Amino acid sequence: MWHNLRQELRPVLIITRREISDQFRDWRIMAPIIVLTVFFPALMNFTAERAVNFVAKYGADIVGDRLIPFLLMVVGFFPISISLVIALESFVGEKERRSIEPLLSTPLKDWQLYLGKLLASMAPPLLASYLGTLVYLVGVYFQVGWRPPGILLAQILTLVVVQATVMVSGAVVVSTQTTSVRAANLLASFIIIPMALLIQAESIVMFWATYSALWWIIFGQLLLAAVLVRMGIAYFNREELLGRELDVIDLSGSARVFWRYFRGQAHSLLAWYRYELPQALRRVRLPLFLMTLVLGATLLIGAGQASRFPIPTEKLQRENLQSGTIQGLEVIPLYSASGVVTVWGHNLRTMLLATLGAIFSFGILGILILMLPFMLIGYFLAVMTSAGYSPLLFFAAFVLPHGIFEIPAIVLVGAALLHLGATLMTPSQGRTLGEAWLDALATWAKILLGLVVPLLLAAALVEVLFTPQAIQWFFSI
Amino acid sequence: MIETFDLSKTFGDFVAVDGVHLQVRAGKVLALLGPNGAGKTTTIRMLTAILRPTRGWAKIAGEDIRTAPDLVRAKVGVLTEQHGLYGRMRTTEYLDFYGELYNLDAATRQRRIAALLERFGLSEVADRRISEFSKGMRQKLALARTLLHRPPVLLLDEPTSAMDPQSARLVRDAIHQLRSEERSIIICTHNLSEAEELADQIAIIRRGRIIAQGNPKTLKQQLLGIPEYEIQLGKGLNGHLPNLPNDVEVTGYGEIWLRYRTAHPERDNPAVLWYFLSNDMPVISLKETGGDLEQVYLRAITTVEEAAHVA
Repeated sequence: MWHNLRQELRPVLIITRREISDQFRDWRIMAPIIVLTVFFPALMNFTAERAVNFVAKYGADIVGDRLIPFLLMVVGFFPISISLVIALESFVGEKERRSIEPLLSTPLKDWQLYLGKLLASMAPPLLASYLGTLVYLVGVYFQVGWRPPGILLAQILTLVVVQATVMVSGAVVVSTQTTSVRAANLLASFIIIPMALLIQAESIVMFWATYSALWWIIFGQLLLAAVLVRMGIAYFNREELLGRELDVIDLSGSARVFWRYFRGQAHSLLAWYRYELPQALRRVRLPLFLMTLVLGATLLIGAGQASRFPIPTEKLQRENLQSGTIQGLEVIPLYSASGVVTVWGHNLRTMLLATLGAIFSFGILGILILMLPFMLIGYFLAVMTSAGYSPLLFFAAFVLPHGIFEIPAIVLVGAALLHLGATLMTPSQGRTLGEAWLDALATWAKILLGLVVPLLLAAALVEVLFTPQAIQWFFSI
Repeated sequence: MIETFDLSKTFGDFVAVDGVHLQVRAGKVLALLGPNGAGKTTTIRMLTAILRPTRGWAKIAGEDIRTAPDLVRAKVGVLTEQHGLYGRMRTTEYLDFYGELYNLDAATRQRRIAALLERFGLSEVADRRISEFSKGMRQKLALARTLLHRPPVLLLDEPTSAMDPQSARLVRDAIHQLRSEERSIIICTHNLSEAEELADQIAIIRRGRIIAQGNPKTLKQQLLGIPEYEIQLGKGLNGHLPNLPNDVEVTGYGEIWLRYRTAHPERDNPAVLWYFLSNDMPVISLKETGGDLEQVYLRAITTVEEAAHVA
């Protein structure tokens, strides 16, 4: 087994070695790495010393104490930012220069080439980052006598690796969808902007000195890196790399593909409902199951929050509720058609917002938005129970009437969004990423238009015309 | 041996290759001709197991491109249209890198690299950076890379493009030798005289479909009709048409020349020569007129275009 593994990894290392030696010959890569390894940490040492002395004069030692670990993080991060440039150059640059085709003609497996380039893109910047960190730590020790706590150092060093992996794996995904370094650089803002925001969040953590939060950041980025590596392996393949020749936006072509998937074989609305919609539902069977589990777990999480954020029992009595504990309901004209439209429109907007969030987050943000009402239901179920009400009756009065329609609608949209997000991470034989994604979007549209929109209309009708009566009945018992 | 059946590839709605049937036995050369965008490169990429066929299959040296792509790539040497060299690497270093990828041991790599550099006249630049090379030198280096692992199947896209006549001759000789080593070779080229010289078979591809295929002689007969020959004489005919064999149709003549058609040149040309020589009329030259591959190619393309226009 060990022998097989070595045999499998051998080509990976051959690729890595060649790429790294090529990087060492390129002054455009080496110059910034040297600057960020030697000069930048020395500058940070100088900055740290001056800042510590300056704030000490005003008795603000805490600022100095927080600044030194913050600069440690900055010194670690800057060199690995080069890994993004190297990765874009390595993957899409090779594609642009057409030197990738002879490489793809060798017996190399796709994953070997991917891993070889991934390692090569990360290794020199990581080495530079660690060397820079060392330079900074030695300097700061001799200047102000500061030594990092072991855990903090481990966190920073881990953070650096994880951030480099996220950037490089993101760059690979970007590079599979472009044919030129220029286009890849433009698309790279999808990596740079979130990363810049993340660094700002990390900076707050460092100044706040809640270092345990760094583990959560590391964990989150590890998950993201896993998703991006999965995507990279799925799409860094010969077919995707050489089957795609153009970067031109083809909106009408995309619309045609979408319509083809949306309409399917159906030639009438009835046929569409009879054949295409059930087919779409079959495709999201697993996401439906997962979404049901997630929303069930959300109910429990919501219920768990009741003890942390309790509502005094007396506020939940009928007379208090009428005196204005529940506010904001006046915007919904109950027992009227305009109320139905308001509720229906609100729910549809939420679904569209969830979809928008899902598109930019592999489905995650969309699912989080859909989880919110379930969190509230779980919370109020627990709160009302602790106030002495029957949870079943509460559920039957407040949720069930319109929930019969609304809950399946939420589960269906959530499943379609999970499917949409998962499509990006799944290899699609014989189709491009764009085609597979448009297919998943068509599945989402089928479910939304065919089921969710009518279900939400029914839910709005019940919620405006019947649920208020059920609530009144609940409090009159 | 290269064998394809109904080999097809589509990208979305675009049909790049449509139902290609090819067979190239060991020791044979097939020239794949066609205009730009006809589907040659996509065909080559499928034969290299880089692209998966949408329909049909292909076997390379006994390995199926769909089920054993890694084995196929180990048995194929591909010269791509773009050389794809790494400019910052040195000649030997570059070939050594590819030798490692083909799992050759260090001694074999060293030996073969030296031999290939010698064969293509690159020994003197063994330590030079590739970025300093001329186009022709790059082409030769790319060809050396193609041959490094001694593949039984070679797919050569424009093997002599950008080469000076001497280098092109060197490469053509190399291809002749590779054929004699029982390798199956496909050449994609726009140089029709080169194709005529090297190929045992010709396949003309247009819009993804093979529109004509066969050996050069058969194709000429199919597309241009019975070949025409011209004989130049050292003495005038004095207005008398000679008494030539029955199957020979005279198409024109002058004082010291004569043109004729024959469906059996291997039988009739010696008879014509014998007639003139035995009648004390010295023969200066005998050659086929106008029946070159370029005419075959153009006829094939225009015939299909006319048919499409009519349809």
